[in-house]
Amino acid sequence: MDNHTVLYRQMAAIRSFETLLLDQFSSGIFRGTTHTSLGQEANAVGVLANLSEDDIVVSNHRCHGHFLAYGGDPQALFAELMGKPSGVCGGVGGSQHLHWRNFYSSGIQGGTVPMAVGMALAEKQQNSGAIVVNFMGDGTLGEGIVYESLNMASLWQAPILFVLENNRIAQTTPAHLAIAGSIPQRFEAFNIPAKHLDSSDVLEILPLAGELIEKVRTEQSPHALVIETARLGTHSKGDDTRSPEELAALWAARDPIAIHGARLDESTRQQINQQVEQVIHGAFQAALDSEGGTA
Amino acid sequence: MTDKAPTTVLDSLNLGLHTAMQEDSRVYLLGEDLLDPYGGSFKVTRGLSSRFPDRVWTTPISEAGIVGVAGGMALRGLRPVVEIMFGDFTTLIADQLINHLTKFNAMYAGQVGVPVVIRTPMGGRRGYGPTHSQTLEKLYLGVPGLTVLAPFHLRGEMPLGTPGTLLHQAITTTDAPVFFVENKLQYLLPLIQPGEGNEFEMIEIHPGDETRAPFYRVRLQSAPPPRITLAAYGYMAHLAMDALKQLAYQDEIFAELLVPTQLAPFELDPIYDSVQSTHRLLTVEEGSPALGWGAEVLARTAETLGAGLHQAARIGAQGVVVPASPQQEAACLPDVSKIINRAREMVR
Repeated sequence: MDNHTVLYRQMAAIRSFETLLLDQFSSGIFRGTTHTSLGQEANAVGVLANLSEDDIVVSNHRCHGHFLAYGGDPQALFAELMGKPSGVCGGVGGSQHLHWRNFYSSGIQGGTVPMAVGMALAEKQQNSGAIVVNFMGDGTLGEGIVYESLNMASLWQAPILFVLENNRIAQTTPAHLAIAGSIPQRFEAFNIPAKHLDSSDVLEILPLAGELIEKVRTEQSPHALVIETARLGTHSKGDDTRSPEELAALWAARDPIAIHGARLDESTRQQINQQVEQVIHGAFQAALDSEGGTA
Repeated sequence: MTDKAPTTVLDSLNLGLHTAMQEDSRVYLLGEDLLDPYGGSFKVTRGLSSRFPDRVWTTPISEAGIVGVAGGMALRGLRPVVEIMFGDFTTLIADQLINHLTKFNAMYAGQVGVPVVIRTPMGGRRGYGPTHSQTLEKLYLGVPGLTVLAPFHLRGEMPLGTPGTLLHQAITTTDAPVFFVENKLQYLLPLIQPGEGNEFEMIEIHPGDETRAPFYRVRLQSAPPPRITLAAYGYMAHLAMDALKQLAYQDEIFAELLVPTQLAPFELDPIYDSVQSTHRLLTVEEGSPALGWGAEVLARTAETLGAGLHQAARIGAQGVVVPASPQQEAACLPDVSKIINRAREMVR
């Protein structure tokens, strides 16, 4: 398989996972809440395609796409969301609190940023060569601890890439009601170089993230990547106050699956879609059939 | 650090830190104003930055951030120790402590350990006023996954008897976050050696499993059987020992004192054992007693002993801000005479 196909397959798997999850939420199989990665698949796949074996990913509440792009097992993630012992964290963590290999996520905005900096510093102190990729969103920028963490990351030269996915909406609050000033300049104020990319195209995100991860690794210092993106789904299960027109415009312009899918011929795309559907539905069914849980 | 055996709580804690950093290269120290020659606001960390310059990090004034960074370091193989300059500032770390460090092990299904020790001095009597004099550890008692320790000013051969040993053990052996509660006036207390030129007889008790820090039972030497049980920790244990002597010499009221060095998770068997014979329990804490440590100790003792507990009372600070003025501060905080008066009322 060529690289275009691999990237498409990974993004399509995230899309399929999240779509099936939302479809099934009303059936009572899943409890609690969930935050899907619909529309942001290219960020997860494009950034994490550049990781080395020992690198660390620290994610947030909207973590399913990151987890799957990292290589996480969709069956274990479904099982986690069903509250089953076979889940990623035995059903204790649920949607937002995942840990597998070097992947960690948690649900408090901004709270994982100092943790990610500490991890990067620990790897540097132990000369492991591993770096940290820390995802956050535009909503995260309201939390004071983010700025404490950026300050320490720069002071102590932590090998970390901050990836800010700016989907321009925090739950229901548009960015212009919550964020003053410039997002890249927030990083630059701490001497953390920031690249700004307005794209939902995995082929634009991947090489730029790769370049920055290489810099983080060789320079052993922090960098930031601000990606303008679009949340094509609701915040969680059904809370979206945006107009149908606004959403339709986002789908038309910013759908990463459509953008990258256009590079594949129709039959390849169909074939991959079918395979992915089969894998994801198989994972769902296997999770459902595993023992225990709330189902 | 000197080569001499430590003589005060401060020296002992300092030695505990030196020893831990010397023995284990995974131990890092983070906090504000730690570097020599200053060596920390209360000098507990003096000498460490000179000796271990790569592993002692002076930090910005970012309490929450420091604790979060320490949590990340701990998740990736290090054993950080954080100094929070004043116990009052631990409100700033509450989210990192409650929602992050203490959650990781359980919410990640036991896959990770988080060996972080957070040390901080609580307490008043220095005239520092409302935001630098509080005793706030009750806010953190009962947080799942958090061990809370408070040293006792002992010297001697007992396995965990010194403040420095308690700290050293926590730093080098814990797999989970530890909140280590010091006290500003306790720092200057001389370490006491049981039975050596003083009136006290002490035994070390290990309730529950071996991982728990010990209790100490303190009596006056050759005293008749006690009629009341006092329970206190940290600097309040020092005041309670004074009260023990005065009650005996002035009133012929004999008491025994139980001093836990582990406040959470709780294991109170030594207190139950004592109260089974005294039937009276008086707790002393420097923080305000409402919804606090003493309340929990009394509740558990009542639940366990039922009618075996005849009288119960708590001493603590008034439930107000700690005033800066010396007279008002003294009136607000517990002292020896308040302990003695309450004990007299209970026994008579």
